[in-house]
Amino acid sequence: MQETAQYSLVEDSVGGPRLLLSGPLTLAAIGPLERALQGVSGPIATIDLTGVEDVDTVGAWIVCQLARQHEAEITGASEAAERLLGAVRGIDASSDIGPPRLPVWERVPVMMGEKVYAARSGIYGVVGFLGQILIGMASLVRHPSRFPIRALVHQMELVGVTALPIIGLMSFLIGIVIAQQGSVQLQQFGAEALTVNLVGRITLRELGVLMTAIMVAGRSGSAFAAQLGTMKLTEEIDAMRTIGISPIEALVIPRILAATFMMVLLGFYASVVAIVGGAVVGDLTLGIPFWTFLDRIHDVVPEHDLWVGLIKAPVFGLIVALAGCYNGLQVRGNSEEVGRRTTMAVVSAIFAVIVLDAFFAVFFTEIGWG
Amino acid sequence: MTGDQHNDDEPPPIMVEGLGIRFGDFVVHENLDLTVRRGEILGVVGGSGSGKSVLMRAIIGLQRASEGRIDVLGRTITGVDLDRGIGVRRRWGVLFQGGALFSTLTVGENVEVALRKYYPDLSPELRREIARYKVILSGLPDSAVAKYPSELSGGMKKRAGLARALALDPELLFLDEPTAGLDPIGAAKFDRLTRELKETLGLTVFLITHDLDTLYEICDRVAVIAEKKIIAVGTIPELIATGHPWIEEYFNGPRGRAAKASHERAAE
Repeated sequence: MQETAQYSLVEDSVGGPRLLLSGPLTLAAIGPLERALQGVSGPIATIDLTGVEDVDTVGAWIVCQLARQHEAEITGASEAAERLLGAVRGIDASSDIGPPRLPVWERVPVMMGEKVYAARSGIYGVVGFLGQILIGMASLVRHPSRFPIRALVHQMELVGVTALPIIGLMSFLIGIVIAQQGSVQLQQFGAEALTVNLVGRITLRELGVLMTAIMVAGRSGSAFAAQLGTMKLTEEIDAMRTIGISPIEALVIPRILAATFMMVLLGFYASVVAIVGGAVVGDLTLGIPFWTFLDRIHDVVPEHDLWVGLIKAPVFGLIVALAGCYNGLQVRGNSEEVGRRTTMAVVSAIFAVIVLDAFFAVFFTEIGWG
Repeated sequence: MTGDQHNDDEPPPIMVEGLGIRFGDFVVHENLDLTVRRGEILGVVGGSGSGKSVLMRAIIGLQRASEGRIDVLGRTITGVDLDRGIGVRRRWGVLFQGGALFSTLTVGENVEVALRKYYPDLSPELRREIARYKVILSGLPDSAVAKYPSELSGGMKKRAGLARALALDPELLFLDEPTAGLDPIGAAKFDRLTRELKETLGLTVFLITHDLDTLYEICDRVAVIAEKKIIAVGTIPELIATGHPWIEEYFNGPRGRAAKASHERAAE
């Protein structure tokens, strides 16, 4: 049995040039033959399949194409080959199988336009989404029995309780780094005692809440987007609507409330753990005893620093949850979209949090909470 | 059988011996035997949850068997790592229940995936042509080739899935409830297509179905799964003759009688 398909061209005095094919005309064996046949130019009157051992649809397809190209007649086909030829004959497979693609000079402006349009409808969308949430909340206030308390508690556990270890570890290390690096610089002025002020104020005002928001965006914002996006793809959300359950009330509001509320607790917790981290460094390298460090925090950190952090926290939580839920519900089409929307949820949430943090910093300083 | 020139001494396409599958304490199959003959359409029926899909997944190597042995096209599947090459994947095609099309690729590109994987030396034009005529052979309109799965209806997804299953001209075709969710006209067309493809391409077909019309119209033999094993295999009259209560109820219920009557009318 021949390994690959062969061909030969013979001059026949009666019927004109004749193409003899032999060997297996199957997908596995046809690659070389197909390339070789592209080099055959001359007129072919008949294609003789007498020598063909085995044939599948790909073999039949190539024979068919060849016959059409040269207006040749097919002879010597076995019964099986005849059937296959009949099945593929008359199919036109010339056009492309990929998605339609514009030339580059049209594609770039089109994409630009789409981006601009998407940005506009994104803003409309988020504002509309916020409105839907407010309406949903109002209706829940009027019908408190509908309040999704179980979902809320479950989300609070997912967003808050399960995040405690990782946020604790992160904050502890941040506290250590700030105290250690800060003391090195402050030592140059002989002011290493001020490390306490540095650690206490920066963690309570800025870093505790900011780092927590970034962590929550990565952990929970992405989870919201991926989960709601998948539910959208599998038509679970449509199913809820038809039963008469509002996805905003059942899915979005618990997530938004959980993230908003848990951010306050997590932000405070992160600040406390960071201060503990700083105190450990103080004890080990600066000669400030652990409890003295904590006592000093009480004296040097003004109370409004705590409020600055606690006011920012729920706003950041709201933004993270909003970005996650909004992007999740925007998913349509395919699995790639879930990934794209999840990325967008995290990136836009972190970006918005950092921009807002800058505004807050200026605002609080202006009102005298410097 | 046209289209295949295989000897009789070749092993049967599917041979299952003493198969046992359990999830934890839950036993799905126990001591299950089944042989599929070359060139036949074997229908597999059974109540919901009787493990039809699990059996199919075990045969194609997606589900690990707890005991027993499965040979497909002369190779042993059991005990082989799922992602290791076993030399038979290019000789079978699988149509999953929901189509399971790759959602980020167009229908044509879905068909092309297996061609790319196994025959990278084919010229890209030929590969595209093959993908395209397979889609058309599966009964989809020309315009569907460049569409994404999300733009297709349920029935079209099934056909696109069939085109992908046929991409490599397989000898063995697995169909998991191909006509579920299709309208009666579409289902009858799909049945005819399956039969036609089997006859032209010389396929062996393993077909899971709940559709009594499909069983009557196109299946050469039917295997019944109940009580954790295959309780009977044979033509429908043979099955009814066994007198097993479940089979009795299945084929002699109102739907079974209607399907039989319409089959007899069509035969006249």
